[in-house]
Amino acid sequence: METRIRLTVDGRQRETSVDTRTTLLDLLRERLDVTSPKKGCDHGQCGSCTVLLDGRRHLTCLALAVAYDGSEVVTAAGLTGSEGDDETLHPVQQAFLDHDGYQCGYCTPGQVCSAVGVLRELGEGHPSHVTEDLTGPVAADDDELRERMSGNLCRCGAYPGILAAVREVAGQPAGGIA
Amino acid sequence: MRELDYHRADDAAGAVALVSGDPEASFLGGGTNLVDHLKLGVARPRVLVDISRLPLDQVEEVELPGDSGGGPGLRVGANVRNSDLAAHPAVRSGWPVVSRALLAGASGQLRHQATTGGNLMQRTRCVYFQDVTTACNKREPGSGCSAIGGYARYNAVLGASEHCVTVHPSDLAVALAAVDAVVVVLGPDGERRVPFEELHRLPGDAPERDTTLAHGELITAVELPASAAAATSTYHKARDRASYAFALVSVAAALELDEAGRVADVRIAWGGIAHKPWRARVAEQALLGAEPTEERVAAACADELADARTSEGNAFKVPMVTAATQHVLQSLQGGRR
Repeated sequence: METRIRLTVDGRQRETSVDTRTTLLDLLRERLDVTSPKKGCDHGQCGSCTVLLDGRRHLTCLALAVAYDGSEVVTAAGLTGSEGDDETLHPVQQAFLDHDGYQCGYCTPGQVCSAVGVLRELGEGHPSHVTEDLTGPVAADDDELRERMSGNLCRCGAYPGILAAVREVAGQPAGGIA
Repeated sequence: MRELDYHRADDAAGAVALVSGDPEASFLGGGTNLVDHLKLGVARPRVLVDISRLPLDQVEEVELPGDSGGGPGLRVGANVRNSDLAAHPAVRSGWPVVSRALLAGASGQLRHQATTGGNLMQRTRCVYFQDVTTACNKREPGSGCSAIGGYARYNAVLGASEHCVTVHPSDLAVALAAVDAVVVVLGPDGERRVPFEELHRLPGDAPERDTTLAHGELITAVELPASAAAATSTYHKARDRASYAFALVSVAAALELDEAGRVADVRIAWGGIAHKPWRARVAEQALLGAEPTEERVAAACADELADARTSEGNAFKVPMVTAATQHVLQSLQGGRR
């Protein structure tokens, strides 16, 4: 069964017909040529397909595209230039560069989108598994950042750099391997 | 993957009519489990009825109806996302075990996607259930159980049968069992309320059925009665890595002590132990009226686990769930939620 859907992807209106079995990830990569989200496990276990969907971090491999008609998708590539020009890196992207938050880079677009989502969730006061006091304020300490980023695996093991990058943008003292 | 017809439901009754009238139709919520099963060949529906945009997305403080026990409580719409429910101020203060259980499950991305109703309807992560090249009575009734005599680390220790030894994967469900939640279900003949303990079932000779719901019945809400114990509740999950893993065992507990430090009210539910969230009523009874010392809690757990059946691969669960229960009740006495 084919259905027409409309999406906003990285600021561009896109309209396409899609087989109901197609995942949002495959639609982005194979039909719309948006290759920033990566296919790692394709089963919701690695986080490399993470995008910001209607403002929140979201997997695209466990999402049927047809169910997201009308949604706004921002990929890691779409974060670049969000300051108003085409070249300025998003602060999270710049921090990943500054802190060597990657080696092969395959998981990086998902890590970046997830980090942007984490910072928004911290800003909204969302608690996490390691938050001591559920009814108090949340702090962006290393334990919190590690727990909140646990849905994004990095097989190169660039975690110290990833943590340093997210820590810097979260407003904590810079450190780690940089 | 099989060809799929897709319908976006306009209202809950219409969705129920579509699915209940077609044995090959399935509800689609957040899709975190079902879309995976479509890819794996574990689920092969012909029709998906997408309920994710139905306006069942509110968390409301309400007076509960009589058949949910009455009194003040919380009504949680079935489409409330796991992340939103965990972060809701009323849940964090009145039912902290629910927040803790949700935050112990999955990842930040998945919690934004997964719904309250869908979490309760998710299926086991038994490696054989998810591998269509192996025998599994839950996936293919009558084909046998590969987990008996196979990889046993996650297997049940209570309430299993010769047909199925798997456990229920949800963290939220364990918390809801401990706070006496009520599930609001819409079927072709109207609405009914199901006490949480009656939602999931033990495998018996029909492990293909995870719940007592009929095909086409839809969870529309979950109701949480308020209590002093629920406000002093927490969740502990033991797992093979510190985050983003299913439970080996887990404990949801709610505790109210009297002025002398004796148990006035206690509710304990275990995850990773059985085919359904295991409400430990024998242990609760043993603790009522007594000071919940480590020794008493251990003895109460031993009573609850008297019928435990283990193999070499999962025998660790008996001491692990006992220690986790001791830890949780100690934490609650210390005021940690």
